[in-house]
This record gives sequence, structure tokens and C-alpha cells, in this order.
Amino acid sequence: MKLFVDIIPLFVAVPMAGAFLIALVARKIKWLPALITNIITIGLVFVSFFAVKLINIHKVLVYDVGAWKPPMGIGMVLDGFTVFMLTTVNLAAFFVAIYSINYVERFTSKWKFYTLFLFMIAGANGVVITGDIFNLFVFLEIASIASCSLIAFGTEKHDLEAAFKYAVMSGVGSLFILLSIVLLYSYTSTLNMADISNVLAQKDPNNIILMISALLIMGFGLKAGLVPFHGCLPDAYTSAPAPVSAMLAGAITKSLGLYAIFRIFYNVIGMNQALSSIFMFFGALSMIVGVILAIGQWDFKRLLAYHSISQMGYIVMGIGLGTPLGILGGLFHLFNHSVFKTLLFLNSGSIEYATGKRDLQKMGGLSEQMPVTSGTCLAASMAISGIPPFNGFWSKFIIIIAAVQAGRYGYAFLAVLASILTLASFTKVMKYAFFGKLKDGANSVKEAPFLIKLSMTSLAVICITGGILLAPGVYEHFLKEAVDVILEGTKYSSVVLQAVLK
Amino acid sequence: MNKTNEKGMSLIVKTITRLTVGIMLLYGIYIISHGHLTPGGGFAGGVIIALSFVNLMLAYGKEVTLKKLPKGVASFFEGMGAILFLGIALLGFTGGYFFFNFIAKGEPFRLFSAGIIPLFNIAISLKVGAGLFAIFISLVLLKIEAEKK
Repeated sequence: MKLFVDIIPLFVAVPMAGAFLIALVARKIKWLPALITNIITIGLVFVSFFAVKLINIHKVLVYDVGAWKPPMGIGMVLDGFTVFMLTTVNLAAFFVAIYSINYVERFTSKWKFYTLFLFMIAGANGVVITGDIFNLFVFLEIASIASCSLIAFGTEKHDLEAAFKYAVMSGVGSLFILLSIVLLYSYTSTLNMADISNVLAQKDPNNIILMISALLIMGFGLKAGLVPFHGCLPDAYTSAPAPVSAMLAGAITKSLGLYAIFRIFYNVIGMNQALSSIFMFFGALSMIVGVILAIGQWDFKRLLAYHSISQMGYIVMGIGLGTPLGILGGLFHLFNHSVFKTLLFLNSGSIEYATGKRDLQKMGGLSEQMPVTSGTCLAASMAISGIPPFNGFWSKFIIIIAAVQAGRYGYAFLAVLASILTLASFTKVMKYAFFGKLKDGANSVKEAPFLIKLSMTSLAVICITGGILLAPGVYEHFLKEAVDVILEGTKYSSVVLQAVLK
Repeated sequence: MNKTNEKGMSLIVKTITRLTVGIMLLYGIYIISHGHLTPGGGFAGGVIIALSFVNLMLAYGKEVTLKKLPKGVASFFEGMGAILFLGIALLGFTGGYFFFNFIAKGEPFRLFSAGIIPLFNIAISLKVGAGLFAIFISLVLLKIEAEKK
């Protein structure tokens, strides 16, 4: 037991060690940074799978950093929700790392890319695994700053503008979060999340909690890119190199925004009817506004960025419902979205790699020249539009059923509507990019290199077979554990504090 | 730091800088090494050390300073500080925990006490000092390149 607990800090320590090593040693040797990054990401995927197994046996594991017991010391908490997010983040990071080997060739100073990439993974893993709210803020900043510099990686004019926008918006978000942490700390005199929940339960309701909740929703909403706060994301996704957009959409906004918001509201502060309505409202708003903005876009990556906002809306609406089925649908959609949106961004990058174009009107007929990209993009498009048997269908279906069961017919209708509009806009993508007549001068276009194809194909396979996670025998081990943690609500505190004493 | 160098500020500034730079450096080292006893620590001490080099650059220009502490060396120290910090934290696994204080803690309020805390301070000061100096160098070099255009 003791031996296995030691894997918990490795999720943060190993990517950080890799990043420092690359910056110190591997900058002179061309092939070493990519090798180190890929070894680390593949290792993290295996450790995540191992952690899933560990949680099936132990339910909750708490690691005392430096042998100081929480709530005095800093604790790292591994439970169902955490391992679910770790698997999602590290899986996306793994495929993006394979893809980057070929893709990053066209940039100078590759080692900088890999250093920042590993920092991004370390930050995302750290946010997910920590049990201390200030520690969460620190990791959040690590991930935000790393992603901000990665958005600017091309150092063209529009890259820098997008990065500056992202820096301002995410800085404002961080300030809101920091202020809410300050207020929480002054009110409860503790920073450990389980202990905060414990103290809050003993105090009478106070208006300060409303203030803290509002600040947290604004702060994490900015990180997640929900609709009233989405201003910087389309630019950032469009300008960043394709692997970075894929990481931002597939892992960073999810762990920094959604994970943190649901962990804090469900497990620390405690959910109520008003908060649930707020989440559902923001979710539905993001869903509809995102997809309506997406449908008119001609820039492939910008279209994907607005769809990303729209799909985040589904997740927030599903989990905001608060019923077991809604939470299941939301979490499953989070995993699925991470897979197919990563794949779509990688597809856009592969088209850009081969043709140098992002404008859908200037593409056309690429399916003959680029069969793998075309096929995987078709799979991902079907998954995101919710066509059976792709994984996106199951999660959207569950969310809609859950909304109907809870008597929220309006929200169910909006979810169906957004899904139809998504289908429409991806029909447009397929028609303009891959089918139709080949444009002049596109005859010499070649399919992307092997590793890019490998990464895209593996993600497409997950898209097709993703529904298997709902099958009996698999469901209990992965999704149910995560749903249980959210459903247990503020009992989280007693569960964690008891696990400390073990 | 020869007096005949034409670049940089006036003789008065150069002389004063020459006299004070060593003291600033020493003070930075003092703050770092007493980080676990008195206010201050790795971050504050690292900033003071970086400022001593920044001061040198302001008074003497970039050639003299970059000869004393080249860009490559600064970036090496930055990486080294981070690796040291993480290395000490990982060495805690010898005592069973990440970040475990595995060295004997000694007598309180003595210079050699508190186990790994002074070592962490040194690692942080390397990272912060070299990092801050590197930021200053990049600002200076970028400005010169912008003027060339």
C-alpha cells in the first residue's frame, strides 16, 4: 500500500523534471527533447491506468507531501474524479506528443516547445491531483503561463496578439480565483479543500459564500471559456500551433476550468438549486452561442474553436443538472470531447502541414490526396455531431435523456438543436475541405508523415470504440468512480480526512 | 571593469558601482544563507544578486557585464537551480516522502540547521537570480536589435 501511494507526486514531478532536463541538457541535441517528452507522456499514461486500478481497490488515497499530515501540510488527493481527469489529460498529451515529433520540425528551437509542453502537462496534472486550494492556484498559473507562451510560439503578428489577449484574460481569471481563495482563507482559516468543506459545514450560511461563488464562477469560467467569458479562446486556438490548440482544447481548459469548478462547487462549497440553475444556464448559453458563431466561420481552426466552446456547454449543462445520469453524461462527454476535439485540431494541423492553408474555401478535394486525414476527420466529425455508434452520440444521448428525466424539456430541446447545428457545420467542413473538386495547384499535396498519421488513426479508433466505456464491467471501473465522487458532495471532506488518518 | 572603457555612464557612476557591486553581491549571499533564520530567503537573495549584475550593466554597458556572466552561463544556472530544487525534493523519497526533510535538523537558530531548507534556498536563489538577469539581458539585446532595424 505504502509503495503505491508514492506514484501520486510523480504526476507532477516527472514532467517537471523532464522540462528542466530538456532546458539544461537536451537543447544542443536535436532528437533528444522529443524522445524525453514521448517517454514521459507514455509513462504518464501507464501510471494513470495503474492509478485507475488503484482507486478501484482503495477508493481514496491521500499523499502527505514532506510527511506533514493534512490539513496542516499539503495533501495530494487521488480519488475517482481525479484519476478520470488524469487519464483524460495524459491520454490527450500522449497523442499530441507523438504528433508533435513531425509537426514541430518546421519551427526553430524545438526544445523550447517541448519544455513548455511538459510544463503544461505538469500544471494540468497538478491542478487535478492537489488537495490544497492554494496549490491548485499555483499549478493553474504554471499551466496558464506555459500555454500563453506556447500560443505565441509562431511569433507572427497575429500569434503575439492572440497570446497577449490570452495573457490578459487568463490573468484576470487568475486574479478572480486568487481573490476568492483569499476570502475563503480569511473566512475558514484553512487552505486544505477537505478542511474548508468541513469548516463551512459547521458555520452558518453567510453572504461571503455568495461573493466567493460569484468570483469562482467568473475566474474558472474565464479559464474554461464559457460563453460570456470566451473572448480570448477563438483567437488563441486559431493562432497556436496545432498540437498546442489540441492540448488547450483537449486537456487544459478541462482540467483548469471544468475540473476545478466542479470539484470546488460539488465537493467543497456544496451544491444547491440556485447554483445548478446558473450552471445549466451558462451551459445552454455556451452550447447555443458557440455553435451559432461556429457555423459561419471559414477558418477551419476558428470553427473548431467555437465548437469547442459549444461542447464545453454540453459538459457544464450535464454536470450542472446534478442528477446521477446528468453527471455521468457530462463526464463522459468531457472524455469524448477531449478525444475528438484533439483529433479535429490535429486534422486541421495536418492539412496546414500539407497545404499551408486554414481557409476552407481555398481547400477542396483533399480526400484523394490525404486519405488518412480525411478518414479520421470524418470519424471525428461524426463523433462531435453525435451520430451513432461514435462516442459523442452516447454522451449527448445521456445528457438529453437526463434533461428530459429531470423535467427540463427546454434544455433538452436546446441540446438537440445544438447537435443538429453541429452536424450542419461539420457537413460544411467535410464538403469544402475533403470532397468536391481539387483546387488548382493542389495536385502535388502529399499526405502527412507517418507519426502524424499514427496519432490521428489511434484517436479515431478511440472515437469509434469510445462507447465501450459504458459497457457493464468497464463502466464500474472508470466512469462510475468519478460520478460517485461528484455525487457524494460535501461528504468529500470526511472521506478525505479519514483517509489522512490511515 | 577597467576605467578606460569608453562605454557606459560617467566616471563617478562607474567608481561608485565598482565599490558597491561586491557589497551587494555579498549581501545577497548573506540573505540566502540566513534564509531559514531571518527574513528573506532564496527569492529575495536571488533578486539582490541579479540586481548587482544589473547595476554593473547599467554603469558599464553590456559588453563588460556579459564578459563576466555570459548568456549561456546565466541560462545554465537557471536550469541548474530548478533541477537542484526538484532533485532535493525527489531525494526526500529516501526518507519515504516527496519533499521529506531527510537531513538532520541540527540545533535551532544556528547557521547549519533546518535540514534541506537552506539547500532549497540556494537552489531557488540560482533559479531566481539567473532568471531575472536573463530577462534583463533579453530586454537589453532586443532593444539593440530593434534600433538596428
